[in-house]
Amino acid sequence: MTQEQTDLTIANPKMSARDVKVFYGPKQAIKGVSIDVDMDHVTAFIGPSGCGKSTFLRTLNRMNDTVASARVEGEITLDGENIYAPTMDVVQLRARVGMVFQKPNPFPKSIYENIAYGPRIHGLAAGKADMDVIVEKSLRRAGLWDEVKDRLNDSGTALSGGQQQRLCIGRAIAVEPEVILMDEPCSALDPIATAKIEELIHELRGRYGIVIVTHNMQQAARVSQRTAFFHLGELVEYGVTSDIFTNPRQERTKDYITGRYG
Amino acid sequence: MAEHTIKAFDEEIDRLRGLIAEMGGRAEAAIENAMLALQRQDKVLAAQVVADDKRIDAIEAEVEKLVIQVIALRAPMANDLRDVIAALKIVSVVERIGDYAKNIAKRVPLIATNTRTLEPISLLPSMGQVAGEMVHDALNAFAARDADLALAVVKRDQVVDDFYNSVFRTLVTFMVENPKTISECAHLLFIAKNIERIGDHATNVAEMVYYAATGQTLPERERGADLQPED
Ligand SMILES: Nc1ncnc2c1ncn2[C@@H]1O[C@H](COP(=O)(O)OP(=O)(O)O)[C@@H](O)[C@H]1O
Ligand SMILES: [Mg+2]
Repeated sequence: MTQEQTDLTIANPKMSARDVKVFYGPKQAIKGVSIDVDMDHVTAFIGPSGCGKSTFLRTLNRMNDTVASARVEGEITLDGENIYAPTMDVVQLRARVGMVFQKPNPFPKSIYENIAYGPRIHGLAAGKADMDVIVEKSLRRAGLWDEVKDRLNDSGTALSGGQQQRLCIGRAIAVEPEVILMDEPCSALDPIATAKIEELIHELRGRYGIVIVTHNMQQAARVSQRTAFFHLGELVEYGVTSDIFTNPRQERTKDYITGRYG
Repeated sequence: MAEHTIKAFDEEIDRLRGLIAEMGGRAEAAIENAMLALQRQDKVLAAQVVADDKRIDAIEAEVEKLVIQVIALRAPMANDLRDVIAALKIVSVVERIGDYAKNIAKRVPLIATNTRTLEPISLLPSMGQVAGEMVHDALNAFAARDADLALAVVKRDQVVDDFYNSVFRTLVTFMVENPKTISECAHLLFIAKNIERIGDHATNVAEMVYYAATGQTLPERERGADLQPED
């Protein structure tokens, strides 16, 4: 059997980026990237440091708005709606498209409050009982409930690094997001804590669209079904993860994933 | 191809290729010497082929160890991964090829009659030569990542199959006419079958090389009608 080119069409993309360009002042960091994200596939962004993975990821929930010099061109839609439209509520957008950062950043508050904060400001809970349900559900989905259920009033910052990162994932989950963006979520974690996050990503797949930036190619191979390789601000190759890691089509992708880069 | 950022990785891959090249050379020599021993009824050479097979087995074990080490320590990807997996598979096939050559050599002392009276024997050296060249080319293709050469090997398998069918018919006819040679001719039949299997194995190696080099699998081969079912 000759290998077929796998069909990469995503039938109902949750998010679509079309010809996205990002500039920091005069410097172009992203050079016309188009990609779709859906709920059924975890998408991994890989590429050498400085190639624009974080920059592009942050366009997906307008985190670049916080960078004064940053300018975004092109179109990005969430359920077909342009997220850069003037009518778009950015606070609402960042709840629908949540983000988990490289360094776990829990609030210096109780574990309970870390989760409850978002639902409260978004008015998702009718009362204390309601909030208790949301907190438990979010911590369960984040795979943290059993470890913290007896000490919900302890400070979130007292948890281990891996637990803190799962708390941050729980915090993102609490506001009922549709997409979760993760920027090198495991790079500050040890291998066991990393394995737990990866396991969690498997469990979250299908319920949320998940995009993960990782500099660890083994991790991309383990957690994702689609991989996008970025180089110098370009999306060089996008494909089924197993294809990318066994038979990449572009020379640049091959050199990078086989350790021949630079 | 560009070098790996980690130099030791390149050294290990080079060593892997070196071992496989050596193994291929030894398998090819084993086939050649076994056929020569048969033609000349040279029992000493035949015994040498049997003894030399140990080195082929040893290389297989060495490659296996190295491949496991490379996978564990380097986590090879893409063409590197295809290469080391191909290496692992190829050595187990070449080890089998060595066994067939050894098997042929082991039959040499069992053929008591002067081979000059066995006319059909004259077909076997050319058949052995084609099979030996296939082994040689398949392993060269691996060393050079040469998909075209691998493809040429696959195509040549038909030549060995045709040889086999012809040898088979000739031997059967000869046995009918010279019943006293039946026991010798039976050995020759097995030898012909061994060579035919060597051709099949060389073809398998070539298919693995093609995949390693291109990332594409070859379409299923069309097989010529065999006189005997596959064993
Ligand atoms: N706030 C910023 N201001 C100016 N340039 C930036 C800023 N953030 C990132 N860059 C530049 O944009 C490019 C892409 O960076 P980034 O998206 O962080 O890459 P990656 O996440 O792949 O390592 C780099 O050249 C980087 O220096
Ligand atoms: Mg980054």
